[in-house]
Amino acid sequence: MAEKEKMQVPVMADLAAAGKKPEFLFWVGCAGAFDDRYKKVTRAFASVLNHLKTDYAVLGTEETCTGDPARRAGNEMLFQMQALQLIELFDAYEVKKIITICPHCFNVFKNEYPELGGNYEVISYVDFLENALENGSLKPNMEHFKGVRITYHDPCYLARANDIIEPPRNILNLLGGEVVEMERNKYYALCCGAGGGQMFKEAEKGDKEVFLERTEEALKTDPAVIASACPFCMVMLTDGLKYKNREEEIKNYDIAELIALALGKN
Amino acid sequence: MIENLIFSLLLILAVLLFTKNVRRISQDILMGKKAQINDRKPQRWKTMARVAIGQSKMGSRPVSAILHIFVYVGFIVINIEMLEILIDGVFGTHRILAFLGSIYPVLISVFEILAFLVILGCVIFLIRRNILKIPRFWNKEMTTWPRSDANIILVTEILLMSSILIMNAADGLLQQSGHSHYAAVGPFLISDMMQPWFAGMSEGALVNLERASWWFHIIGVFIFLNYIPYSKHFHIFLSFPNVWYSKLDPLGKMDNMPAITNEVKMMLDPASAQETPSGDEEDIGSFGAKEVTDLTWKHLMDAYTCTECGRCTSSCPANITGKKLSPRKIVMDVRDRIEEAGVLMRKQGKDAVDDKSLFDRITEEELWACTTCNACTYECPVNIDPLAVILELRRYLVMEQASAPGEINATFSNIENNGAPWQFSHEDRVDWATK
Repeated sequence: MAEKEKMQVPVMADLAAAGKKPEFLFWVGCAGAFDDRYKKVTRAFASVLNHLKTDYAVLGTEETCTGDPARRAGNEMLFQMQALQLIELFDAYEVKKIITICPHCFNVFKNEYPELGGNYEVISYVDFLENALENGSLKPNMEHFKGVRITYHDPCYLARANDIIEPPRNILNLLGGEVVEMERNKYYALCCGAGGGQMFKEAEKGDKEVFLERTEEALKTDPAVIASACPFCMVMLTDGLKYKNREEEIKNYDIAELIALALGKN
Repeated sequence: MIENLIFSLLLILAVLLFTKNVRRISQDILMGKKAQINDRKPQRWKTMARVAIGQSKMGSRPVSAILHIFVYVGFIVINIEMLEILIDGVFGTHRILAFLGSIYPVLISVFEILAFLVILGCVIFLIRRNILKIPRFWNKEMTTWPRSDANIILVTEILLMSSILIMNAADGLLQQSGHSHYAAVGPFLISDMMQPWFAGMSEGALVNLERASWWFHIIGVFIFLNYIPYSKHFHIFLSFPNVWYSKLDPLGKMDNMPAITNEVKMMLDPASAQETPSGDEEDIGSFGAKEVTDLTWKHLMDAYTCTECGRCTSSCPANITGKKLSPRKIVMDVRDRIEEAGVLMRKQGKDAVDDKSLFDRITEEELWACTTCNACTYECPVNIDPLAVILELRRYLVMEQASAPGEINATFSNIENNGAPWQFSHEDRVDWATK
């Protein structure tokens, strides 16, 4: 494939130097910045932001870990170090609204930063995209996924943790997809196995990997696409599809990518 | 009359003993750390009405939900019958509520229908546990005692309900025979159908059967009342307050540690932190939880509220895939350790310590298997939060023992040094825009 052209992505420090304050901070997250597969999702979402002419910026090289994995692995000290430094940075840029892709970043900003003095309007990209579709500012090809069987895997930190259940399904329906539910779905969805620090370590001994259990459940719906909305879920389900030798016929897409595809981007 | 005296004595004894047991449990729970949980009262009442009284979270498993409703409604409504039994017992009256006239047989018939449904529910529950062997009742932590406890409760409830029906059937026969002591206050819906079973009995034998059933029922209730505080069945009392005090924030929100905030502020900017008062000048103590006294009283109340239904464990991704972690076991371990520590406290005073802790029951392997997915907390019908305990124990392991899996420690240093859980340079953070 040919080298992709460089996207125009506004960076907070540049805007600040020009005396500008964007409406939104687009928080990319570590996986969005470093995971090869998930970088594509970041590109997809940024292309939608550009398409919408959203007034946003990223922190770029100033971005750092929210501290979430440290907190959930028990290292409160490290978490708060990260959090308090970030809050200082956000204060310096007078950040008011944050859009996140990663549900773990979303959760920690929305629910846990306020107690440390960081109060923002935190918006999940799923809500942002649903809103843009519903108010008509985003007009993708509604036929793009017509008749395509899509099963949606709920990320724990969107669904159970923060009650974001229907927006991703609305998006899939609006794109014309034929949404099929797994047996365990919505509030009862099975975790992909990567939360709480598991992403960064081998699983404890057991009979089976959690990601396989979940992938098998997804395969039972006989999908053409397994959709999700979290970088860790993406890694796990992609691994699951590879393990099952189904990665050729079944695609694992993020919600943002599906919209970008229907917009003719990517 | 001697009977009334014996009854009154038994009643007083049962109530005193129960009070003592409840006091023991509340002392145990108050071993936990202080926590102020009384904000958002209207929302708390609403949650209690919906989740505890309305049983809203039971519905995800419809069969057990319906059977449980039988037993739950039966338990509450048949308590009105208990009122009659108590008055009759103390004053030597017979069916004192019969003054209600034509409403009385309706009332008793409603009780009887419920008693029948309770028996039906309990029988099916017994079958599910012991014959169908539904897996969540047979996990590793369901050792002999938890399994027996469940069976004892179910069999007792069947016996208590049967004795009411047998008593009423005998009473009905005596009413028909015109026995002077048994005024005609019937008919009763269910027990009338049972009358043929006892039709051949003499009047004297029927009186004996009726009295024996009455005494069996009430003494059974007194014994059961004092069994419950030693049993998982204590949920019938604690479910309501436990839900009232439950977490109202999004499930994803983890408890903050303000003690650490000040330390971190001091590290980042020594000048500013000293200006901000750290609140109470309370000793910070150790971080996380090693012992039940490091958990809040609400975590301990959670442990006493658990009725070991296992919905948490059966939805836990780690447990489903054969890992050692079981959220129910965590909660049961906390409760067993509270009881152990409580005995010690009552023997040797408030500051007594033994050489044991929660870590004698809960292994690190269990704790590190958790994905913090909140399936357990979402499933719990009485809003128990096993995840909060798991995370407090992890905090102790990491911050007090520096004991985490190697890869987790590597993740920590990556975050510290590179600002990401992986070993990438922050210079590359916008590479995604190029390729």
